[in-house]
Amino acid sequence: MFRRLILAPALAPALAIAAAAAMLPVGPVMAQDTPLRIEITDGVIEPMSIAIPAFHGDEEIAARVRQVVADDLTGTGLFREVPIESHQVQPTSFTEAVSYDDWRAVDAQALVSAEVRQMGENISVRFRLFDVVSGQPQGDGMQFDARASDWRRAAHKIADQVYVRLTGEKPYFDSRVAFVQETGPKNARIKRIGVMDYDGENILWMTDSSSLVLAPKFSADGRRLLYTSYDSGFPQIRVMDIATVTSRPLTQDTSTMAFAPTFSPDGRWVAYSRENGGNTDIWLMDAATGAQRPLTDAPSIETSPSFSPDGRRIVFESDRSGTPQLYIMGLEGGEPTRISFGDGRYGSPTWSPKGDMIAFTSQVGERFHIGIMRTDGSAEKTLTESFLDEGPTWAPNGRVVMFTRVTPGGSGEPRLHSVDITGRNMRPLDLDFAASDPSWGPLMP
Amino acid sequence: MMNVAAKPALLAVLLALAACAQPAPPVAPPVVDPYASVGGGAVFQGDLAGGTLGAEATAQYFQNTVGDTVLFPANQTTLTPEARTALARQADWLTRHGGFTAVVQGHAEETGTREYNLALGARRASAVQEYLVAQGVAPGRLRTLSFGKERPAATCSDEGCYSQNRRAVTVVSDAGPGA
Repeated sequence: MFRRLILAPALAPALAIAAAAAMLPVGPVMAQDTPLRIEITDGVIEPMSIAIPAFHGDEEIAARVRQVVADDLTGTGLFREVPIESHQVQPTSFTEAVSYDDWRAVDAQALVSAEVRQMGENISVRFRLFDVVSGQPQGDGMQFDARASDWRRAAHKIADQVYVRLTGEKPYFDSRVAFVQETGPKNARIKRIGVMDYDGENILWMTDSSSLVLAPKFSADGRRLLYTSYDSGFPQIRVMDIATVTSRPLTQDTSTMAFAPTFSPDGRWVAYSRENGGNTDIWLMDAATGAQRPLTDAPSIETSPSFSPDGRRIVFESDRSGTPQLYIMGLEGGEPTRISFGDGRYGSPTWSPKGDMIAFTSQVGERFHIGIMRTDGSAEKTLTESFLDEGPTWAPNGRVVMFTRVTPGGSGEPRLHSVDITGRNMRPLDLDFAASDPSWGPLMP
Repeated sequence: MMNVAAKPALLAVLLALAACAQPAPPVAPPVVDPYASVGGGAVFQGDLAGGTLGAEATAQYFQNTVGDTVLFPANQTTLTPEARTALARQADWLTRHGGFTAVVQGHAEETGTREYNLALGARRASAVQEYLVAQGVAPGRLRTLSFGKERPAATCSDEGCYSQNRRAVTVVSDAGPGA
């Protein structure tokens, strides 16, 4: 969809400088002889100030792209935009030399310069990032060519590049989230599944509201969704092809309930909860053939499976100890290992994309939390607290989790929120309807 | 034990149905979730058996007079003595009305994760099914289903409502003549 070009180095041999900097010890503070970098740590951080003057080119589309780039970056809580009205210079072209002193004068640490050209159905976006502090380009300029209708994705790509270069983390803005829209009264909710950009834009509806649907989960390639549907009258698992908006059942045995499905990272397997005679275990199904076998066989409840990134293990929720707790087991069998030992009840575990952390829901007393812990159960950290938070899903880079926050009472409703894994920057998603069960898809190609 | 709030709502639905003495509306797509699109409360709107079978041989009689709901303590799936008494009445009615089948729907309160509550509701439904079978109801007449926390009977967020939502509801329907 996108054609990318690396632009010639702008005004300084950026690659040479980057190579030199790589040999220097990396300190916690930003020094002028290292690349401009905001360190994401657990401490309180001062957002990096970034100047994003008006983008050049075709004014209307350039202004829209610029706003999305600014929203992406400031939405992380890691960047503060230098107010555009305080800028002392207004560059007149994408290629003109940067007057670093003018940007230092308004306390900008980084500068984004871009140009957006529309040619019929297509747009071409060029951008450069500058380290104002040391007065040099940061990385190469880049060009993205895209369909004009994908202008938001082009903006997300630019913001992702800026984010990557200034944080050292992987990108995540150009990604989508599947979710369940909720309408109607609390005792008769109408639910339908949608897919949207990570920021709540470009919503595509996947199901109508004729039957109850729950908990969509993206495949790792972002092309399919697994979800639970009551369209047969009994909860069964369906798989949806997103591009064609067509679905088919994966389970059809209404003598058992099937729910909580999730794909293996290679998309070949589906782990899910299967109920038989009141008892729920986790089963593994070959998505192509439907062949399946139980992964757990216990009289307790086993549910909410999530695969490790290498596809060899799952983390899940089980009440075999008497209360719901988190366990990890290999797909080849063996006894599950309990990893949650804190106060309270644990559920909906989700393995991080990096493989090192588990995000989960915990209930302590009458309060709910989203938390994270290492896969061995150490370094448990609580990120949120409310009447009812549940169902975390990881951003593709593992820096942010999105979850459902439900307000109490008869008029209570769910809303999607996100939080950085440092526990900072808790924010509701900008949606004008109630929604639940987010599933964050992969970074788009 | 009964959902008191549902009674006026049910009456209203019945009155509204009676008032609509119009030709049958166009056949709608099958809405199999009997609770879908109900504005006033978790009132079952599936087919209501009726006619000449006698006052007791109706789903309404089972729901309102026999009692279709049993309640569970928090996080529990075992039957209380009160629940067993209610289920004995249900079993008696089901035994005497062999033309009816039933779906036992398990539910959970809103605290707890969606998936765990689905499994918890399934356990509750199964506990009711097992008890009814032990009381002599043929297993083939009973099916189970869990709605987890998706279909609360009461919508406030305190124990007064939670205690009504931790429930299993036996929804009977007429399997047809001659059964």
